[in-house]
Amino acid sequence: MKIWLLIAFALSIVSCGAFASSDSPSKERQSSYEFMTLENKAMQDDPNLNPAMFWVMDGQSLWNFKSGQNNVACASCHGESGKTMRGVATQFPKIMNGKLQTLEGQINQCRVGRQNAPALAYESKDLLALTAFIAGQSKGLPITVHETSENKADLKQGRQWFYERMGQLNLSCAQCHEDRAGLKLGGSLIPQGHPTAYPIYRLEWQTLGSLQRRLRNCMSGVRAKQFEYGSPEMAQLELFLMWRSRGMPLESPGVRP
Amino acid sequence: MNIRIQNPKSISTQRRNWLTASGLLGVYAWCHPFLAFAKKPEAMQAIEKIVGSNPINDGKVKLTIPPLIENGNLVALKVSVQSPMTATDYVAAIYVIAEGNPLPNIFSAYLSARSGTATISTRVRLADSQRVWAIAQMSDGSFWRDHADTMVTLSACTEMP
Amino acid sequence: MSKTSHTKITMPSTEKKGQIIEIRAIAQHDMETGFRYGDDGKVIPRDIIHLFSCSYNGVEVFKADLYPGMGANPLIVFTTIATETGTLEFKWAGDNGYEAIDQSSITVS
Repeated sequence: MKIWLLIAFALSIVSCGAFASSDSPSKERQSSYEFMTLENKAMQDDPNLNPAMFWVMDGQSLWNFKSGQNNVACASCHGESGKTMRGVATQFPKIMNGKLQTLEGQINQCRVGRQNAPALAYESKDLLALTAFIAGQSKGLPITVHETSENKADLKQGRQWFYERMGQLNLSCAQCHEDRAGLKLGGSLIPQGHPTAYPIYRLEWQTLGSLQRRLRNCMSGVRAKQFEYGSPEMAQLELFLMWRSRGMPLESPGVRP
Repeated sequence: MNIRIQNPKSISTQRRNWLTASGLLGVYAWCHPFLAFAKKPEAMQAIEKIVGSNPINDGKVKLTIPPLIENGNLVALKVSVQSPMTATDYVAAIYVIAEGNPLPNIFSAYLSARSGTATISTRVRLADSQRVWAIAQMSDGSFWRDHADTMVTLSACTEMP
Repeated sequence: MSKTSHTKITMPSTEKKGQIIEIRAIAQHDMETGFRYGDDGKVIPRDIIHLFSCSYNGVEVFKADLYPGMGANPLIVFTTIATETGTLEFKWAGDNGYEAIDQSSITVS
């Protein structure tokens, strides 16, 4: 009986140890910003060069636009200054009224619940504009997603998505973005995959896009069935990724190749 | 039933001939990139339309593009032409032509003595690794040029339609 | 039917007479090349800004013809001499009736 207890104890130590070492990576955390060329870095840093700023401008217009059957604007509750959302994007995804919400999900929650307007489609110009407008107000602030008793279960599931192999290529996120970060895949450097800059103007897309769009690209990259936009799985994976990059500064809205 | 069995030896000879022919074609194309890169003649035609029968001098123009590009959709490009930019001696126009793009012309800029400098920066699309030309036309009608070669790579995990 | 979009001008608001100023002009536009294919296999038609011009107190000081090889949300950085106090007017014209106008004032001492 004692032997079994000892083995069980040893196993739990080992598994905890394995978890601990993979959650706090031995190498320093680095944003994929560091891998970009000087020209692309300049494009992100200078608001006069950053194409994402157009969406921020659109977002500001939408913020003040009375919408839906209740005929209220975001500004009616949240103020017009364009500063009241400072510190908000760094907290998402988070549990709101018992449900895990991403920033886009919360925007839609307000649209449906407060404005009595239809939800905005993912990757639509309007949703991207509002997300960019809100996230941009937290530029430079550290990501503050922590583990809480509320999000514990979702965080655990998100962690599982990250470490589980998927797709025809049978690869997990971790195999590239943790074990092989800094090495090359084809001609590109593999980033650690911290979502510090979303929504991003991805040169590949030639437009602004959300983290969920990028994650779907990753999943199709390993030939896996992509998570649906706005799904609980997406929110859980986003939660884990943001938790993993806690403390890193938000760069939104960013530019990426 | 009449089954024709090809002589195995003749198959390998055919294959060998085919391989030799395509190998030679490859070597030929390597020696004459003009033929392999079908888009280049269009680029030369576009340049001819600009300069006519006038000679193009090398120099005075500096074209800067990154030698290695992460994504060809938005590439920083800068053209700078040496000129006093006075009322009697200035750069009248700058043309940028890309050999490897489906349409070689990228932009044509028209300046004047009021421009101060003949330096223009912009962001362009480059379809593939290629050579890009910048041609300047001076107020005295002379043409000057520079070129830059670049390699365009593709980011990983791109979008599936 | 005329359509338009956001534009942004970055240039100094004051300068000494005779000095050179740098102007950055950017317009929000997809610059659809006409060489891409849609999901239906058909070519997506070209839709680009093809002309940009800058006038300084009514006198044209810069003009550019743009082709499909220009990147989306076209940015043009150029210079001009600060000759007098006044207004610089920037115009963009494109396919399908696209038009955009922006202005910036400068005080020249």
